[in-house]
Amino acid sequence: MSEKTTFTGHRGLDHEEQLIFERGRDAACGVDLPAPEGVATRLGGMERKGGVGLPGLSEPEVVRHFVRLSQKNYAIDAGFYPLGSCTMKHNPRLNEKMARLPGFSDVHPLQPTSTVPGALELMSELARWLMELTGMPAVAMSPKAGAHGELCGLMAIRAALEARGEAGTRTRVLVPESAHGTNPATAAACGFTVDAIPATQDGRVDLAAFEAKLGDDVAGIMLTNPNTCGLFERDIRKIADAVHEHGGYFYCDGANFNAIVGRVKPGDLGVDAMHINLHKTFSTPHGGGGPGAGPVVLSDALAPFAPLPYVTSTGGELKLVEDEQSSDADPFGRMVAFHGQMGMFVRALSYMMSHGSDGLRQVAEDAVLNANYVLASLKDVMTASFEGPCMHEALFDDRFLKGTGVETLDFAKAMIDEGYHPMTVYFPLVVHGAMLIEPTETESKETLDEFIGCMADLARSAKAGDKARFENAPELTPRRRLDETTAARKPVLRWTPPAPAQAAE
Amino acid sequence: MRYLPLTPDDRQQMLGVIGAKSMDDLFVDVPEAARIEHAFDLPPHQGELEVDRALSAMAEKNTAAGSVPFFVGAGAYKHHVPSSVDHLIQRSEFLTSYTPYQPEISQGTLQYLFEFQTQVALLTGMDVANASMYDGSTACSEAVQMAHRVTRRNKAVLSGNLHPHYRAVIETTSKFAGDAVVALEADVSGREDIASQIDGDTSCVVIQYPDFFGHVGDLADIAAAAHAEGALLIVAIPEIVSMGALRTPGEMGADIVVAEGQSIGNALNYGGPYVGLFATRQKYVRQMPGRLCGETEDVDGKRGYVLTLSTREQHIRREKATSNICTNSGLCCLAFTIHLALLGEKGFTRLAALNHESACKLAGALEKVSGVELLTPAFFNEFTIRTSKPAADVIEALADKGILGGVPASRLMPGNDAVSDLIIVAATEVNTDQDRAAYAAALTEVLS
Repeated sequence: MSEKTTFTGHRGLDHEEQLIFERGRDAACGVDLPAPEGVATRLGGMERKGGVGLPGLSEPEVVRHFVRLSQKNYAIDAGFYPLGSCTMKHNPRLNEKMARLPGFSDVHPLQPTSTVPGALELMSELARWLMELTGMPAVAMSPKAGAHGELCGLMAIRAALEARGEAGTRTRVLVPESAHGTNPATAAACGFTVDAIPATQDGRVDLAAFEAKLGDDVAGIMLTNPNTCGLFERDIRKIADAVHEHGGYFYCDGANFNAIVGRVKPGDLGVDAMHINLHKTFSTPHGGGGPGAGPVVLSDALAPFAPLPYVTSTGGELKLVEDEQSSDADPFGRMVAFHGQMGMFVRALSYMMSHGSDGLRQVAEDAVLNANYVLASLKDVMTASFEGPCMHEALFDDRFLKGTGVETLDFAKAMIDEGYHPMTVYFPLVVHGAMLIEPTETESKETLDEFIGCMADLARSAKAGDKARFENAPELTPRRRLDETTAARKPVLRWTPPAPAQAAE
Repeated sequence: MRYLPLTPDDRQQMLGVIGAKSMDDLFVDVPEAARIEHAFDLPPHQGELEVDRALSAMAEKNTAAGSVPFFVGAGAYKHHVPSSVDHLIQRSEFLTSYTPYQPEISQGTLQYLFEFQTQVALLTGMDVANASMYDGSTACSEAVQMAHRVTRRNKAVLSGNLHPHYRAVIETTSKFAGDAVVALEADVSGREDIASQIDGDTSCVVIQYPDFFGHVGDLADIAAAAHAEGALLIVAIPEIVSMGALRTPGEMGADIVVAEGQSIGNALNYGGPYVGLFATRQKYVRQMPGRLCGETEDVDGKRGYVLTLSTREQHIRREKATSNICTNSGLCCLAFTIHLALLGEKGFTRLAALNHESACKLAGALEKVSGVELLTPAFFNEFTIRTSKPAADVIEALADKGILGGVPASRLMPGNDAVSDLIIVAATEVNTDQDRAAYAAALTEVLS
């Protein structure tokens, strides 16, 4: 690779971009605001003394800064993003347009409810879709992310146990080893102890080990289905029944609902609570890591404990219930100020309506078909961890790299030079050197064929001993491999003025 | 089905490669009884025009804040957001990217998170900040959990003038974690004696600034009282624009500052998505919840950024993690960072001054109305009035006249008779002289 040095440090269109704090002039400003008229203040002597320390920049400088930063990011709109367990699918811009209608974006959570009937209607309509698609009788809308939804589900379970007078005795939650890391963290945050269930050779919950752990102190199980190995838990009905027979509840992590939407109703599987990541299944954009939204569908047993606030419908009239006094049920409390991620609700409903009941079924089928196509096409080149069929993601591991000196991480970094965002690596933990590929339903066969070709080329290259291609990768990116160890050992989490500037103050 | 690229031919070919006869073969692990063959009770797919029409009809039933004289606050605020903010956050490379797990191709997200963390630390007067939480209320609850970890105690003392929703979120979390909460009664006079509640079991004191009724006051005494007992002071700021005019909690001795960042760059969105700000002292960095972005170098020695200190997080420590949070409000942080970059020092302090001035003018106009008493002598952009008629009725009557005049305290404190005649009123830079005059005139009619 030629490493031409430039005078500026820029490389063609790839600009070196300083921090905003290293630019700017005190007097500059990117907004025009009128000067205050100077009426007497009523700050009670609490006036700020001294400046904040923000740089002054004009509007064009700010625009250029952030456009240049954007150009250092990979994105689903720019290319294939097969990040397993994260579900990076096409984000329709219609959804963005709808979320920005002033009637949705410019309404305040505490303005009189008489002035927001359309907002209540939207929440109620989205809830109807979620309940119908999951076959569940109730939904809690306010959780702000998948992990927040998990917390909601476990709190509802805890509240139900309290109502039964068993909160003190049922303290153990069973969590399979392959669970998302948030599952055990959530159970612990809710005051439960976590008991891990091992996986079988075929990547599923070990039924015998699970049954051996059941007892009067079990509050419930947290199971991900389809699971993090990309597989459907065949014994899910048995697991649900066994947990119920022993007096526990069944929490299903619904992060992977997009694999079964329109084909399977979780309500038919014996689920008591399941969160739905609207951003994954219903395409609200991930936005660099958030915001998400995690409504939780609930069974009849848990529905009365759903948190505040919620929308009810009596004779077609919608009402917002915000406090315990006005509630007919037994809400376990409030998880968040206000009503949840309204902006995400609009986007998700827009996506659902665009697909309709017929299209959502096709979503699951195409997501599963694409994953199995990748699995079938690469299983002789890479090593598939489990026998197929898989659901919406295909799991490989590093056995095919044995003896090459190339690690999973190196393989992933080499994909970057080929123009791909790497798949998820080292997760799930149950297989060594995991590589989890999730194509999603919005990728064409042509895209998958190109990707499969690239993966095969890389695998051949590794086996042929071209170690340098992997060890040095990526080479064609705005930054090459970064020193994460020093970043963690000596954390620098903010900009501080350089020493001479401090001395001058 | 415009979002689905596969053709029927593609599907057949792909099934052939897989060695499956039909789609059903791929769902073979699903118990037969649970396979849905019938249609759902939901409409079929619709075109862009039809969806637009249906959702627009719903949106039009709502009264948008920008369409009326608007004075509603209590934790979310109507501000002007420059056009370039929304344009920039909709750039594909920001909007449609994921968590920056591969830093080499995510420097855009990582660098703005680093800038965001710096801005939040500067605004709050603290050493360090994280890459955001869901919103102000969840940030506040996480702060309490963090204080428990730092002090190895588990009793939180909450000011009665903490936003009732923030209080409720803390109470919910604490109830399930088995922690204790001592919450004072709301005190519209702003003179509650919180120091007397602190003892050797107290892990933290949570106080709002400006408080729920709008009062601003010095926090140094309460910080000293907390520290004297080995407790931390947590300060919650629902209106972050106030930091352009007021002394920071950092300089008054706060240990953790949480705030709602919606005011900068983000729309009202009927309650979300919002952006929780979280800042603390350097010595507590490793106890902070949430994502963190840190500076480092790449193998060529070039400065770059990575997510860091993930050993605190759920995907490493599982049930021992500092919290179960595995996300941040990335795009909302970006909007915040861009808007604040546009404002800069001059714009931010001026925006704060304009907000305060707008509130002073409004308070001046409303306190002249017969039947109105101003209860907040010192405030930023929000204050409380007592009205001669029940506040909830007054707000409805104002809404009928096309004015959204604030939040009746009774909506957030149901069952508390002492607040039934209180309205919390917010003013910002978007209010005009005409808006304020219209409010005063309408209130005069309603109270007469």
